[in-house]
Amino acid sequence: MKRHLLSAADLTLEDATLVLDTAEELEKVSERTVKKLPTLRGRTVVNLFFEDSTRTKTSFELAAKRLSADVINFSAKGSSVSKGETLKDTALTLEAMGSDAVVCRHSWSGAPANLSRWIRGSVVNAGDGTHEHPTQALLDAFTMRRRLGRIEGLKVTIVGDILHSRVARSNVLLLKTLGADVTLVAPPTLLPVGVEVWPAQVSYDLDAVLPKSDVVMMLRVQRERMGAAYFPSVREYSRRYGLDVRRVTALSDDAIVMHPGPMVRGMEIAPEVADGVRSTIMEQVANGVSVRMAVLYLLLGGSEPAIGSDS
Amino acid sequence: MTAAHRPRPVTGDPAAARPVLQGPDITRVVDRMAHELLEKTGGGGDVVLLGIPTRGITLARRLAARIAAFEGLTVPTGSLDITLYRDDLRLKSPRALEATDVPADGIDGKLIVLVDDVLFSGRSVRAALDALADLGRPRAVQLAVLVDRGHRELPIRADYVGKNIPTSLRETVHVMLTEDDGRDAVLLGPADLGRLDKAGQA
Repeated sequence: MKRHLLSAADLTLEDATLVLDTAEELEKVSERTVKKLPTLRGRTVVNLFFEDSTRTKTSFELAAKRLSADVINFSAKGSSVSKGETLKDTALTLEAMGSDAVVCRHSWSGAPANLSRWIRGSVVNAGDGTHEHPTQALLDAFTMRRRLGRIEGLKVTIVGDILHSRVARSNVLLLKTLGADVTLVAPPTLLPVGVEVWPAQVSYDLDAVLPKSDVVMMLRVQRERMGAAYFPSVREYSRRYGLDVRRVTALSDDAIVMHPGPMVRGMEIAPEVADGVRSTIMEQVANGVSVRMAVLYLLLGGSEPAIGSDS
Repeated sequence: MTAAHRPRPVTGDPAAARPVLQGPDITRVVDRMAHELLEKTGGGGDVVLLGIPTRGITLARRLAARIAAFEGLTVPTGSLDITLYRDDLRLKSPRALEATDVPADGIDGKLIVLVDDVLFSGRSVRAALDALADLGRPRAVQLAVLVDRGHRELPIRADYVGKNIPTSLRETVHVMLTEDDGRDAVLLGPADLGRLDKAGQA
């Protein structure tokens, strides 16, 4: 059976818990002198990145290498894509070279889903347009569980550009599965159409939500995806929706501050907050490698995948 | 982790399984193994006991407890999960991982005694040796098993054996320990599973 990780909604509670528990054990590998396991020896993972990414691409590459898989990095820039090759031809070409899995990032929402119908191997969505980024949601959930000891019942507030955020969508879906209560906070212009049917509450008032939050996840305003102005000015956005030193004092003692990166210091998050004791930003990066190792192991490590959606 | 304390299902007809060792037998066997270990390691000074999940961990703890009772010596114990080093990974769906917990002092220069419940093909021990090599460089590695049922497929032997049980390839060996299964017993049953699904595979 061929299986993929295209959406956070592909994961049942058992799947998601299996990924988090597996990541917990794999985390120990990152603390060893020999940070390598023989598990995926002889398997080939293609990193197919049509959109700029440092963090995610490096993280997937490191995860695959720590499991001894061979990694092919493919960026759209300087490739046949710039000569007019289609996504399908590119994917089939890479598969003809013997890849077992494709990790795909694309600016089109749904590109990895298309890919999964064309190729024989497993597809992992590493971020598609404004749609989903399931491994980010998994690493965020992993970070919450490590810091706070649980996910069920947590009050998670996601603040910022929900409209363009694949991180927000994947987090809402996964956190729903894992039993957390999610509140989205954003200016009305940065909320997607149909947000009322998402399994989350919506608020426009950050100050009212903060004291009740266990987790505050700040999102970057994705100005590269914006044609027109969605808010009057950076300063006004920052004043209403930015997490500054004053707002952090409203948080409960144990509350944590998360950011999927890249962050714009001084806009959605103050530098003092980003570097503060509540901040999990660097932990999220480190946890990303363990979580992606877990996903690759569970998809590729056996005779058939243990998680994900059937194709 | 998730599977750590799951009782091993006794497959097939439990009534057909024949007890080879029961309650007090296992206690006496573990006592003897603890004495042998102390004798062969010259007092157990630099010994670290690493159990292979699940019942190997329980046995390692029991051995450590007996050594403490006999000699007043605290032997560090830990666990070593071999899942990611197995040579049959690709024959089954990926399995949940068990805990690997190595004592804080590490394994460099130590005398590692691997502890498992059943020694069979030797493939688990091969995987454990590979896993150990990635964790450090022990002074030496020894192997302690509660049951050696024969049928080795690799050049591996145990240093401490609780009981040698001659078996046919079609039979299954179930080790049950009170901490994991509610009672102490070693059951020898008729085979009802394929060669690769055998209980107590080792």
